[in-house]
Amino acid sequence: MFDLANIWAALIAFAVLTYVILDGFDLGIGILFPFARGEEDRDVMMNSVAPVWDGNETWLVLGGGGLFAVFPLAYAVVMPALYIPIIVMLLALVFRGVAFEYRWKTKRWKHVWSVCFSAGSYVATFTQGVALGALVQGIEVEGRAYGGGWYDWLTAFSLLTGVALVVGYALLGATWINMKTTGPLQEANRRAAKPLALVLLALIALVSVLTPFQDAVYFDRWFNFPASAWTVLVPAILLAVSYKLFAGLRNREDVSPFLMANALFVTCFIGIGISFYPHIVPPGLTIEEAAAPDSSLAFALVGAGILVPIILAYTAYAYWVFRGKIDASSGYH
Amino acid sequence: MFESFTAETLARFQFAFTVSFHIIFPAFSIGLASFLAVLNVLWVRSRNRVYLNLFDYWKKIFAVAFGMGVVSGIVMSYQFGTNWSVFSDRTGPILGPLMAYEVLSAFFLEAGFLGIMLFGREKVGEKLHLFATLMVAFGTLMSATWILSVNSWMQTPAGYSIAENGQFVPESWLAIVFNPSFPYRLVHMVLAAYLTTAFVVGGVGALHLLRKSADAEARKMFSMAMWMAVLVTPVQILAGDFHGLNTLEHQPQKVMAMEGHYHSYPEGAPLILFGIPNPEEKRVDYAIEVPQLSSLILKHEWGAPMDGLDTIPEDEEPPVAIVFWSFRVMVAIGFAMLAVGLWSLWARRRGRLYEDRALLRLMLPMAPSGFVAVLAGWITTEVGRQPYTVYGLLRTSDSLAPVDAPAVATSLLAFIVVYFFVFGAGTFYILRLMGKEVGESSAEIDDGPTRTAGITPANQLRPDAWAPGGAGK
Repeated sequence: MFDLANIWAALIAFAVLTYVILDGFDLGIGILFPFARGEEDRDVMMNSVAPVWDGNETWLVLGGGGLFAVFPLAYAVVMPALYIPIIVMLLALVFRGVAFEYRWKTKRWKHVWSVCFSAGSYVATFTQGVALGALVQGIEVEGRAYGGGWYDWLTAFSLLTGVALVVGYALLGATWINMKTTGPLQEANRRAAKPLALVLLALIALVSVLTPFQDAVYFDRWFNFPASAWTVLVPAILLAVSYKLFAGLRNREDVSPFLMANALFVTCFIGIGISFYPHIVPPGLTIEEAAAPDSSLAFALVGAGILVPIILAYTAYAYWVFRGKIDASSGYH
Repeated sequence: MFESFTAETLARFQFAFTVSFHIIFPAFSIGLASFLAVLNVLWVRSRNRVYLNLFDYWKKIFAVAFGMGVVSGIVMSYQFGTNWSVFSDRTGPILGPLMAYEVLSAFFLEAGFLGIMLFGREKVGEKLHLFATLMVAFGTLMSATWILSVNSWMQTPAGYSIAENGQFVPESWLAIVFNPSFPYRLVHMVLAAYLTTAFVVGGVGALHLLRKSADAEARKMFSMAMWMAVLVTPVQILAGDFHGLNTLEHQPQKVMAMEGHYHSYPEGAPLILFGIPNPEEKRVDYAIEVPQLSSLILKHEWGAPMDGLDTIPEDEEPPVAIVFWSFRVMVAIGFAMLAVGLWSLWARRRGRLYEDRALLRLMLPMAPSGFVAVLAGWITTEVGRQPYTVYGLLRTSDSLAPVDAPAVATSLLAFIVVYFFVFGAGTFYILRLMGKEVGESSAEIDDGPTRTAGITPANQLRPDAWAPGGAGK
């Protein structure tokens, strides 16, 4: 359990979860962009993440680069299997990323880059959700390569997880805006958070019910001890977190709804982890099988052990510098 | 549109296209980050506002270029898997950890401190802001170090063994990281990035001097850029020479292609200055040669015998014409840069550096020359490594992912359309920023949320504040 491969699986999972939490609200802001009252509100929304979005997105590079480093076989199987969603996601992230700069460089085209920012956020989020769904439903491996067709990833289930993630990131975005802004913008996002959370909970329930039927292994894992203990716990935790989320929104709290929205993500993420373990690419490839030789894992772990805490420290510092409500009259941008 | 191409050709073209676009931005941002760090240090030490104004000016350009580098770089980190999955599986245990170190020690550092560098001067104070700027510059250099170690290992693999499952397995990390071509490639590329940036900065300075020769900021940046041209170009030519000798030792057929040496020269090889490689007849047509010079440069000996491509099996030959031409483009630009540097030294001695309109005019077309040289250099080294991805060990044709040609053709088309649109727009915005005088504000550019909200921009009350629209003035 505590060999190098498992430690690295936990680290990669941590990187992906950190990505989801940090870039989730960035992308959520793009998802909420069309519903903002005008470009002024969009300016404030974008400014609320402008100093940190780049660092947030780096966790996605760590997820991909880390997979390449320590589970090269998994990387080599998953990327071709998800060729279309991954390429589309990358292109969407291009539009989303450059819009952070371009939107301030022009008046005539400002609206165009707003559209690019928003469309890029929708598409990137949706394809990430689709990729997750496709991974859950399983990827065909032949020898040391992907053995399926181009469109194996495209199913009702993966489309459902795609939609669920769009709603989920929108909730993260709305609670982030609620935390970081004041006035009518905060009010509008606080109001939007409740229906978003309700729809998200419904989608989580639907995905959870369907997941055990994607693969018999999941069914066993979820309904056999000790995992079944978690099976009972997950709905209970989700209910408790949802209660706190709705209470926070009702009481017009700033921080707690954002934290609770993230807690929803963490809970679901742990659930996915239980479904997968000990596989890294279900149904055929385990963490052990996909792992690079110990000499690679150990070398990379030294770096991660030293650098990840430092990264977390200066990332926290950057958030601290830009903490609190965004002052609409000062715009960092 | 790409029906007649194989999946391999399309995947190669896609990689070449995306990596060529990508390298333009780091080549610029490595140099620019160091330039910004120098400007920031000079400002803090001298309190001369010219340095601060220049810092704020180039900071805006850096932000756009860096953003383009980030988004085109993420594509690269996934494309190894999407299109070269066999390569990824085989080399992952060696190259993966090096790239993980790049992400951990460079990308996070750049990203984490970029926000503070761009937006945080007044929030964290001068000292911490300077620290953030230095961290961004350090991050770009760390990034170059790791990724060039990766590339160099693909050129001159070392410190590995091959496992039963076909994977390259690390035996000595020291030998892997410091593989034989790495130090040369690293020095050559970092100097190339510095020169590229110097010529861009010099070109922008020249543009503003041509408009108004008294402009203090334009004078300062032009002068700094010309010092770089004088001092760094000779070092770069020397570094390039050492890099070539290293290549001759480890990848002789690359040098044969660069030189256009289709056949061996037992009595000493000529340097072919120009000519047209003829792959069918295996000779260089219309060659203008300097006898013995190639032997002198590469072996430092008159009459030293040089092997040609006739000693190499046909299926291990790189495409000669591309390597031959790209190498000459790079070298020609290098010597043109040297000439500009010497000219500037002469003009400076006569006290006419800012008034020599011929030099200033020459600097306009020379401004983007570094990018061309960088691309040409990379084409030389990458095409010269063919037909291998890991030199001598793993063929490009055996590295491919099981993705069919129509899927790759579609993604390639999408990359071409999106990149030309997105990076075309970015280049346009950068050129427009460069067209503005230092400190000038433009009506076309949005001043940020403050102005449109109808409130007095706080930035106007705080001259140190900055907004990309120029509201910091």
